[in-house]
Amino acid sequence: MPTTAPAAHALGDVTASDSTLRRFLHGLPGVDAVGLEARAASLGTRSIKTTAKAYAIDLAISMVDLTTLEGADTPGKVRALGVKAVHPDPTDRTTPTTAAVCVYPDMVAAAKEAVAGSGVKVASVATAFPAGRAALDVKLADVRDAVSAGADEVDMVIDRGAFLAGNYMKVYDEIVAVREALGSSARLKVIFETGELSTYDNIRRASWLGMLAGADFIKTSTGKVAVNATPANTLLMLEAVRDFRAQTGVQVGVKPAGGIRTSKDAIKFLVLVNETAGEDWLDNHWFRFGASSLLNDLLMQRQKLATGRYSGPDYVTVD
Amino acid sequence: MSTVDARLSVFKTYKLYVGGKFPRSESGRVYEVTDSKSKWLANAPLASRKDARDAVVAARKAFGPWSGATAYNRGQILYRVAEMLEGRKEQFVREVAEAEGLSKSKAAAQVDAAIDRWVWYAGWTDKIAQVVGGGNPVAGPFFNLSTPEPTGVVTVIAPQESSFLGLVSVVAPVIATGNTAIVVASEKSPLPALSLGEVLATSDLPGGVVNVLSGRTAEIATPLAAHQDVNAIDLAGADDVLAKELEIAAADNLKRVLRPQPVDYAETPGIERMTAFLETKTVWHPTGSLGASGSSY
Repeated sequence: MPTTAPAAHALGDVTASDSTLRRFLHGLPGVDAVGLEARAASLGTRSIKTTAKAYAIDLAISMVDLTTLEGADTPGKVRALGVKAVHPDPTDRTTPTTAAVCVYPDMVAAAKEAVAGSGVKVASVATAFPAGRAALDVKLADVRDAVSAGADEVDMVIDRGAFLAGNYMKVYDEIVAVREALGSSARLKVIFETGELSTYDNIRRASWLGMLAGADFIKTSTGKVAVNATPANTLLMLEAVRDFRAQTGVQVGVKPAGGIRTSKDAIKFLVLVNETAGEDWLDNHWFRFGASSLLNDLLMQRQKLATGRYSGPDYVTVD
Repeated sequence: MSTVDARLSVFKTYKLYVGGKFPRSESGRVYEVTDSKSKWLANAPLASRKDARDAVVAARKAFGPWSGATAYNRGQILYRVAEMLEGRKEQFVREVAEAEGLSKSKAAAQVDAAIDRWVWYAGWTDKIAQVVGGGNPVAGPFFNLSTPEPTGVVTVIAPQESSFLGLVSVVAPVIATGNTAIVVASEKSPLPALSLGEVLATSDLPGGVVNVLSGRTAEIATPLAAHQDVNAIDLAGADDVLAKELEIAAADNLKRVLRPQPVDYAETPGIERMTAFLETKTVWHPTGSLGASGSSY
């Protein structure tokens, strides 16, 4: 398995200074927006049926980061979510577990307890999620808090204000600082909030910036803004991780989040992964779905395949 | 060439009615609909099981708001349906006459009866609770109240022969009490049902409360009977063999089943079709003198 050490060696000294970093990011080829959207749309028309569909549904379930990020989260709700992550369908024990549960830092301990011994990871958002508008010290304290509570993965948000102002070095330094604060055990997911980056060119730059700074995962969005993960921006990020591995040998994961609600959508994303990044990414170590309602639809589709009868919301838990 | 005859006829594309929208069948298929003398009338969509699935999702989504609407409001909306039908009477008379091989006057009588039936059921929406619910005398310090509640999502296999009056007679009672319906139109004569969808769409009826599918009855009804998110099925338009098959499939999640029975749709109906898709909820409410706290506990 490829390592996820910082990759500065392979790309020379692009991160040496603000100007070299800027030159590198702006030197990335521009994105053909029409071509990108057409490609994503055409890959979305693949027909995945029968055994391939069963495989895709199980794979998608195993890739879900079951998420609850609400002000109203209670320890009880997080415990229920943890139990669901471990046994998504209590009536069918062959159902795979989800990849992780994703919560706010103060809920990490409750989540950790609920999934103990199951192999399900606990991910925590941090760095003043979702806006990311706080001083670096505050963000780092947030991260340390999550890690000391036992988070296996931390989802950080980049400073979109700094990024859009062209202050790339500031964004880079922040990611590096968070990476250090995490220590070696936890994996880092970097959220770009693609809906706020305005252009595909910016998404490509942000992807490379995140990977250069040592992200283990690049993630589309927080799920808190109007535009979240779309097939097109996920395809763009998949191209970025593919190219990054080709240049540096370092593999980085991708996590689309927000707005993926149906099995059909999820399978479209899996097709994108397979056709763009390749089979190496078809594993929950390298690809995740940030979602809450997606899991129920996957379970209903799974029940349909198993029994031949369409299932309904009465047969999955309401969370 | 005369200038009057030179105008090309505008054929109508009949479409399904699902979730307040008019989609073509997901399968892209259509089938030929003919009149009683086998003359081609139109192509109707040949719905697939996926269209049925989509219709269930739409009906489930509509159930909360529709069952939660006040009975008075539901009555107003059903009455509005009758008003809209009245305005498009000519079209329905033509379609019924063609579908069932009736004379114009006989078809008009059917359509009039169907419109009157909407009005009849519109009046029942806020009265059915008094008739089948009420206060029960119990031996204790309790109020004991029974109230009828809608069953949920109901699949209605519309009668095969009576393409409009029969259709209205089975659909209106289902939605009058707050259920939502997936209607499988008459296989041979689906056009009045598909046109009814257009009327419902312009009658303040929320999308998804009634969903109309046309096609092979057995093909659409089978997955609907087995569907775990359908709460009841009215087998009015199923033949004996199909009805038995559907009843077996429906047993899996204990659907309520209304078996096919001979009905004269021209006669004034009773309330059986409404009560068939109602559940009775009984609540116990303690009574007694109120304490200082305002409660008797």
